[in-house]
Amino acid sequence: MTFIAKPRVELPNEPVNAIGLRLRDYEGVGSTLCAGCGHDSITAAIIQAFWELSLRPERVIKLSGIGCSSKTPAYFISGAHGFNSVHGRMPSVATGALAANRDLVCIGVSGDGDSLSIGFGQFGHAVRRNLNMLYIIENNGVYGLTKGQFSASADPGSKAKRGEVNQMQCIDAAETAIALGGAFAARSFSGDREQLVPLIKAGISHPGCAVLDVVSPCVTFNDHEGSTKSYAYTREHYAPAVQTDYIPRAEQITAEYEEGQTLPVTMHDGSTLLLRKVDAEYDPTDRSAVLRYLEAHRSRGEVVTGLLFINEDLPEMHEIAGTRQGALTALPFETLNPGSAALAELQRRMR
Amino acid sequence: MKRTDTSNPDFYHQVVDCQWGCPAHTDVPEYIRLIAQGRFTDAYMLNRESNVFPGILGRVCDRPCEPACRRGRMDQKPVAICRLKRVAADHRDAIEHLLPVIPERKNGKRIALIGAGCASLAVANDLMPLGYECTVFEALPVPGGLMRSNIPAFRLPVSVLNEEIDYIVDMGVDLRLNHPVESMRALLEEDFDAVFVGSGAPKGKELKLPGREEGAANIHIGITWLESVAFGHVEAIGERVLIIGVGNTAMDCCRSSLRLGARDVKVMARKPRGFFKASDWELEDAEEEQVEIVVNHSPKAFVMEDGRLVGMKFDVMEYDIENGRILEQRAVEEVFFPCDDVVLAIGQENAFPWIERDLGIEFDQWEVPVVDEVTFESTRPGVFFGGDAAFGPKNIIWAVEHGHQAAISIHRHCHERALTERLPVTMNLGSRKMGLHEWSYSNDFDPAARRIMNHVSLQRRFEELTTEVELGFTADQVATEVERCLNCDIQTVFADDLCIECDACLDICPTQCLSIVPNGKEPELVTRLKAPRLEPDQPLFVSDPLVQTARVMVKDENLCVHCGLCAERCPTAAWDMQKSLFHFPRAADHDGSVPCQQRKAG
Repeated sequence: MTFIAKPRVELPNEPVNAIGLRLRDYEGVGSTLCAGCGHDSITAAIIQAFWELSLRPERVIKLSGIGCSSKTPAYFISGAHGFNSVHGRMPSVATGALAANRDLVCIGVSGDGDSLSIGFGQFGHAVRRNLNMLYIIENNGVYGLTKGQFSASADPGSKAKRGEVNQMQCIDAAETAIALGGAFAARSFSGDREQLVPLIKAGISHPGCAVLDVVSPCVTFNDHEGSTKSYAYTREHYAPAVQTDYIPRAEQITAEYEEGQTLPVTMHDGSTLLLRKVDAEYDPTDRSAVLRYLEAHRSRGEVVTGLLFINEDLPEMHEIAGTRQGALTALPFETLNPGSAALAELQRRMR
Repeated sequence: MKRTDTSNPDFYHQVVDCQWGCPAHTDVPEYIRLIAQGRFTDAYMLNRESNVFPGILGRVCDRPCEPACRRGRMDQKPVAICRLKRVAADHRDAIEHLLPVIPERKNGKRIALIGAGCASLAVANDLMPLGYECTVFEALPVPGGLMRSNIPAFRLPVSVLNEEIDYIVDMGVDLRLNHPVESMRALLEEDFDAVFVGSGAPKGKELKLPGREEGAANIHIGITWLESVAFGHVEAIGERVLIIGVGNTAMDCCRSSLRLGARDVKVMARKPRGFFKASDWELEDAEEEQVEIVVNHSPKAFVMEDGRLVGMKFDVMEYDIENGRILEQRAVEEVFFPCDDVVLAIGQENAFPWIERDLGIEFDQWEVPVVDEVTFESTRPGVFFGGDAAFGPKNIIWAVEHGHQAAISIHRHCHERALTERLPVTMNLGSRKMGLHEWSYSNDFDPAARRIMNHVSLQRRFEELTTEVELGFTADQVATEVERCLNCDIQTVFADDLCIECDACLDICPTQCLSIVPNGKEPELVTRLKAPRLEPDQPLFVSDPLVQTARVMVKDENLCVHCGLCAERCPTAAWDMQKSLFHFPRAADHDGSVPCQQRKAG
């Protein structure tokens, strides 16, 4: 927690993005999380990614539920629209917002408690419904706001700060998302900015629900020996399966890559993801193989990271529902609200 | 890269740009902090320890600290360091009781100091407290050297000068005024244990052009003329005056002329702007007084009519300039400027007609003495040079530092110790953490612009020669200006083994000066930094490989605003904000029998 505000320092030659904004224009208010919290690193990665994507802040909606993780939307893109919802109910708010205005860029920030316990059902249906959003789970394995009890993502056998051992099984957010039929599931680590930033960009350009499970050490309650979500443990057991390069639409792919080792995925918005396999056997488009791979590595205690699974062709919510193009907010009032006569007619048809 | 050796005081000293830039290494951030706390006397004494003449230098210092100031690298003007020094001097209480005690029992060593200028006075200031008997020989009837004779009173009031000189003279210096040294041989035959030559650079350069001799009555040598003005021997000048040269002496000459009755004063510069030797602020002050600076005019001849100077001929010059360097120059036309008087301010030299050349004191081909740059000893043991006398014209603050160093040499010489075995600079680092979120320094970044010094109105300032033009900062101006200081002396100190690589410091840093990157050779490493390295001369900190990933923490010191957020954000206290306190050994430290006069930690 920092009481001193980050000063606004005019720097010589400060770079700007394609729409003339500086990196710090994508910042929010100062973080009130513990010093060294992984969530702050993720916030910085979000700021970096959105700045590099040159997204207009007013086109962005940032939504969250309750928890340490859910405080973080306040810490990035002050110019975006925000909604801090009821515990675990962020996906509902996202559904409503995106239903009304499908042109918005939606980022939901949740935690392991918010999404894997109280909001588990909401999480599942957001994935199933394939809401067009980036769904980040800041996963630290504990309830940081209530003094560090195990959360649903705590690994069995891991130790709490005071020594008790977790005996319950854990919910793996990325595996769950794939099992639920998710179209985009990725895992990363708050301490790996090089991997995290392209994954955030990929998730934003993915037309559907992009679940990004980010191991984010709780520096206060879960960064000790015996923890499986600490900085040191995550680094020791870090096993990237795929590295992702995000190439925006305007840019040519210049890097040379070997067939079989690198998989280019063209996104609907024209950008390209270059998936460089760290493990040659890994195929991020084969759902059952991915699940087998993840389970095998999980049993060895490895933290597999990268863009684990992608199917950019699965239809998202609006496609499934066949709704009109464009935001409902752009419709004239008379069209949106045709009046009581039209309502009566509709009801008559349903009798 | 290997870990940066932060135990070498030079590393952190370089981070304190102003202190590093100051020849006498004045602890600028600390005295600004003391001023901010209203501790003017303490700020004054801290200054005095390094630069001996805070009141004088707070008005007329050449300010090498200000171009160095980090604030100037942030699209802003530097902190008004010099003018804050004046604030300390103006608002201090009596300080006599804080000056070193002069031992009644002398150590039996007698030192001759030639010239009562800043260099000699600085030597006396360091040696008197050690029991030396110092005799100062001065040709003029008053002490002060060029500080008195060449700096006009409207920039440096006589009272300020007298006060600070008296602090030293009152230590019991045997000051012999009206006592020019005419023969070094004779002086050396007297029973002195060491001789220090601090006679300055008293000879103004001549401009040998046609008409120079005929017009002598109205052609003045700048520094000689300023001296005559200072002592009241000259009280008037013609209505139209041309000043030749565009250094700081020229600025004093043109402004003095205006106060002696001149109406139309032109400073004639041979080269274009950007090549002027005068400090920007002195140019500004002169131009504010409606002095015209005429560029690209090379003097050609003095024009006489009826035995009287009526003007000067100049060649109008054209230059081919590339990257700030003149490649070609040519005269394109000749022009005439009418005038009544001309002042030549084209430089000055040291001159030693009174030093016999067979005394073992060697001179080089330009008649400049051969002086060791560390010990300030000439080629004759026991004879030392300092100030402008040593290496030609510099400025007061350099002369003071020469004095400090020469005093050490003299002290060692008198105790038959090797002059080169000098004590090293030492450094103390002390944490400024007070509590969970408290730091004992003002770490808020203040975006305020540099305060502008108020001047006496143009109507009033020419009425009297001695009216000081600058009014000094108001209380409000001081309050703002002190907060502009970036506290560069509060160092970011990194404990490599504590870092857990959470990136918190990298993210919070408002200037992106921190990076955690894979190690490599310097040219490769700097390409990985978060922000490009804009000033390769600024120090770069590189840590040991970090515990978890073997990457290294790199800090580009260039734009750090010392806000302390990295330390504030660090969960493991791997970063800490620590005040660097450097101790620059003085003569007193070089004697085991006298306790070190180290100042208390600030």
